[in-house]
Amino acid sequence: MCGVCGCGDLGHEQEHEHELHHRQGQEVHAGHDHAGHFPRFSHAPGLSGRRMVQIEQDLFALNQRYADRNRQSFEERRIFTLNLMSSPGSGKTTLLVRTLEAARAAGLVAVIEGDQQTDRDARRIGETGVPVRQINTGRGCHLDAHGVAHACAELPLAGDSTLFIENVGNLVCPAGFDLGEARRVVILSVTEGEDKPLKYPDMFRAADVMILNKIDLLPYVRFDVDACRTHARSVNPRLAMLSVSATQGDGMAQWLAWLAAERAQWVRGQGSVAAVTGG
Amino acid sequence: MHEMALCESLVAIIESEAAAGGFHRVHSVRLEVGLLAGVERDALQFGFQVVTRGTVAEGALLQILPAVAQAHCLSCGWRQTLSRPIGLCPSCDGPLSVTGGRELRIKEMEVE
Repeated sequence: MCGVCGCGDLGHEQEHEHELHHRQGQEVHAGHDHAGHFPRFSHAPGLSGRRMVQIEQDLFALNQRYADRNRQSFEERRIFTLNLMSSPGSGKTTLLVRTLEAARAAGLVAVIEGDQQTDRDARRIGETGVPVRQINTGRGCHLDAHGVAHACAELPLAGDSTLFIENVGNLVCPAGFDLGEARRVVILSVTEGEDKPLKYPDMFRAADVMILNKIDLLPYVRFDVDACRTHARSVNPRLAMLSVSATQGDGMAQWLAWLAAERAQWVRGQGSVAAVTGG
Repeated sequence: MHEMALCESLVAIIESEAAAGGFHRVHSVRLEVGLLAGVERDALQFGFQVVTRGTVAEGALLQILPAVAQAHCLSCGWRQTLSRPIGLCPSCDGPLSVTGGRELRIKEMEVE
């Protein structure tokens, strides 16, 4: 048993109940072949004839169950988890590397990297000395909560720590899949269009903070920062906004301060929840 | 973009229902899709055709039932059903409370 979701050992052929998520192309279970887990129904005499079957099953429900379980586990162990999302090439990994250098000094950190292919990002993160796990989603365009649960089980995850999850570079699909995180971070760079919050509103609506990256390039590109913020606020009035240059270091202090403040607020929230349930 | 993965989830549910419920063929599936769920109807239809091949649902009709969202302005009380997402109240720019519209739920199937 893997102990995460009870799905059995790698390569284990035993039947179990949670087929769905294994069919989403996640390669966390290397060699964990679920082909043949769907015994074809053989027609039983006497049961023929058309009929209606009521089901009422939500397709997002399974991911949500895993996300809820992840969230509960993170809360119990006080692991402050952030889901980092953006389009490809916005500088997520560079921002993360720079963040880790500073965040390590403030406490324990770990990283989960999501990409369709390769462990290039995990190797970049690994060079900082921070524990990292790569999830390759194959043709999947987003991380899901089940894959994250397995990656967490393989990571040395200490209590009272911070976990950064770098999602697959994609401004569409990751917005729809809760991973159990405490905060959602969307990163937009000034080499992209300032109207992206309008074009991809789901992502900006789901986020807690927008980080505008590569601001050192502003003199060389046409990017209206104020218009971008106005667009973002129009889809999500509660969105916090920061501007950084991960390569030059501008704005990094504000981003780290935001992280520390949000973590403190989250910990206080957990404290009050624990007090309520404990009482 | 993830409609294909959602279709795979859909087929997995159908297959396990088939095993549990004793049917071997699915003629139609009624799926409620929230208009704010970020799911494209055409991509869903295409994905369903591809993913159901070789399963009990091969050739089945996918009927998509759109589900609207209800918006309510917390400042001025404006109320309306939404068929697309909006951020602020169109009447007073106040914050909106939105319920529903994110469903992606199998309602029923015609089986044999």
